[in-house]
Amino acid sequence: MSESMGVKTLIIDGQELSARAGQTILEVARENEINIPTLCHLEGLSNVGACRLCLVEIKGSNKLLPACVANIHEGMEVVTNSERLKKHRLVILELLFAERNHICAVCVSNGHCELQALAQELGLTHISLPYRNPALTVDASHERFTADHNRCILCMRCVRACAEIEGAHIWDVMGRGIDSIVITDLHDDWGSSACTRCGKCVQCCPTGALFDKSKIGSDHPKYPDFLPYLNLMREAR
Amino acid sequence: MTQTITIDPVTRLEGHGKITIMLDSQGQVEDAHFHVTQVRGFEKFSEGRPFYEMPSLMARICGICPVSHLLASAKACEAIMAVRIPHTAAQLRRMLNMAQMVQSHALSFFHLSSPDLLLGMESDPVKRNIFGVAAARPDLGLAGIGLRRFGQHIIELLGTKRIHTGWVVPGGVTEALSAAHRDEILAMLPEAYANVKLALTAYKQIADSFSQEIEVFANFPSNYLGLINEDESIEFTDGALRLIDPTGAIIEDGMTASRFTEVIGEAVENYSYTKFVYYKPLGYPQGSYRVGPLPRLNIVKSMGTPQADKELAEFKQLAKGPIESSFHYHHARLVEALYGVENIERILTDPLILDKHVRATAGVNRLEGGGQIEAPRGTLNHHYKVDENGKITWANLVVATGHNNNAMNRGVLQSARAYVKDGKFTPGALNRVEAVIRAFDPCLSCSTHAFGQMPLVMTMVNADGEVVDQLIR
Repeated sequence: MSESMGVKTLIIDGQELSARAGQTILEVARENEINIPTLCHLEGLSNVGACRLCLVEIKGSNKLLPACVANIHEGMEVVTNSERLKKHRLVILELLFAERNHICAVCVSNGHCELQALAQELGLTHISLPYRNPALTVDASHERFTADHNRCILCMRCVRACAEIEGAHIWDVMGRGIDSIVITDLHDDWGSSACTRCGKCVQCCPTGALFDKSKIGSDHPKYPDFLPYLNLMREAR
Repeated sequence: MTQTITIDPVTRLEGHGKITIMLDSQGQVEDAHFHVTQVRGFEKFSEGRPFYEMPSLMARICGICPVSHLLASAKACEAIMAVRIPHTAAQLRRMLNMAQMVQSHALSFFHLSSPDLLLGMESDPVKRNIFGVAAARPDLGLAGIGLRRFGQHIIELLGTKRIHTGWVVPGGVTEALSAAHRDEILAMLPEAYANVKLALTAYKQIADSFSQEIEVFANFPSNYLGLINEDESIEFTDGALRLIDPTGAIIEDGMTASRFTEVIGEAVENYSYTKFVYYKPLGYPQGSYRVGPLPRLNIVKSMGTPQADKELAEFKQLAKGPIESSFHYHHARLVEALYGVENIERILTDPLILDKHVRATAGVNRLEGGGQIEAPRGTLNHHYKVDENGKITWANLVVATGHNNNAMNRGVLQSARAYVKDGKFTPGALNRVEAVIRAFDPCLSCSTHAFGQMPLVMTMVNADGEVVDQLIR
């Protein structure tokens, strides 16, 4: 079978594109510099389609599909940026902000937060929903890092980075629906868990939910770019 | 028939407050209260937060003096960590505190009080603001703006942000000073000196015309509290507290932050959200005292810088012992501003000022810690308790306005008795009662709200609750 048999053609936002079979809509869009907002997706980790920000319209279907997990097919016509999608994305962001306690002004990730950046990019200026203001805890038991559940958006990047890349799988999710919370081990303190202290979860966290104690007061940008590199080196071995 | 006069809101203050004047059946002032009408809740909602977040969290209390809360909070955290911060970090923090004091004093003198002082207590309220000052005395208007910019710009050069910088952290500061920024600050000094001296000269020229106000603006004997160095010179960032009595004799000396709760108590009155702070061994209200620029100058023997020392010597000529009228806070503020500029220059000559080692690190080594500094408007204390992971379990803040609360209430009553007679008042009288509070430069809810454009309503109510007279500005 020749290589060209695996090539599919499709249209994204009016652009005629060709892509490899098995690619996701998000991969093809990003390869062609078409921006689709994401929060739970991270290059180097598996996709879970949790945040729903990457929902796109497919011609001929009423269903919106998450671009990070939807594969392309021949002749597909995709719209990534309609008014309907913009509205849905703003509602998703509003829900994220209203769900927990996101106080940018005093957050360690202020200026380096993916949630904050996305709100600015999509033009979210007000939260019309009532804030839930839940009383959530802070786990400061780890010698190097802190987990502040007030700022967690349940993207599960930490869970995937720890399980898929580090192989420790100390992070997981407890509870259901709005009561879900990320935990370490069997809901033990992070400091007394089997954590390898590698810090990958902190670098993957899109908000200030996981942070390095020594960065308080300083700029705290996260550097998750090492993930695809780690994968590449493992495959080469 | 008893009557009540309410001044609500009190204008040109930082925060929300009101004044109530109660008249007896003869129309004479029976009592007067200064109310702080808002609750903020910082002590409560900081519970559960990691202690190392506290400086940046507490700085949000105020947009005028965030640096004061940053420093007091960082010092309380360092008591919990049991660390001594590097020399250069301590010096940079002192410079930050000086810059903040200069800009805050400039705000208090030029923007909030100079309209009363330069244009007159009875001048047209529409023009009685910084714009009126700029129109009448353009040189002073520009000096005020220039001096504020001087302080704010130093804060920005050190901490990248003018307001709510995250540069001060438990253990020191996050970044060292660069040579370029040092040179930029040095280049600003000549203009800052000129602006402070212009203000001092202008103030001294007009001070004599306020003899009546000096007489009744919270003019009474009291105790005075403030930080002081071992050589009895003025101190804002380190040192220990000294309390003196109305004659100038030392009541207690060398009070460190760790002894604060042992000697300082807080009383509550049902008409205000601000507590009434007092010295425990003397009880409440006998143990009340004043803090801020006037008490600091009453306590110290020297400023420690040549030009400010000359001004201090002249200031101390105002009375034989401690100076009692709170009107002189204005003068003291300008002496301190001059000291601030001189001290910034002195700190910049430190050979280690560009040293890169500016942060000490440690975890939780004590479960309790306190920090105290001199904010522009007086002594500020932060006191925290933490669990073994460093999460705050209890926090208490004792702010300058609490220390001065009793004196401000006494001052309002004193001036009301002088300016409200037979149940009658004039707009000039109203502004004078407010100006007593303004002399203390309180930070009521430590918020940045300026009330300059808000309507001011003073209402006289009879015993039956009927409005018998009303003045609206």
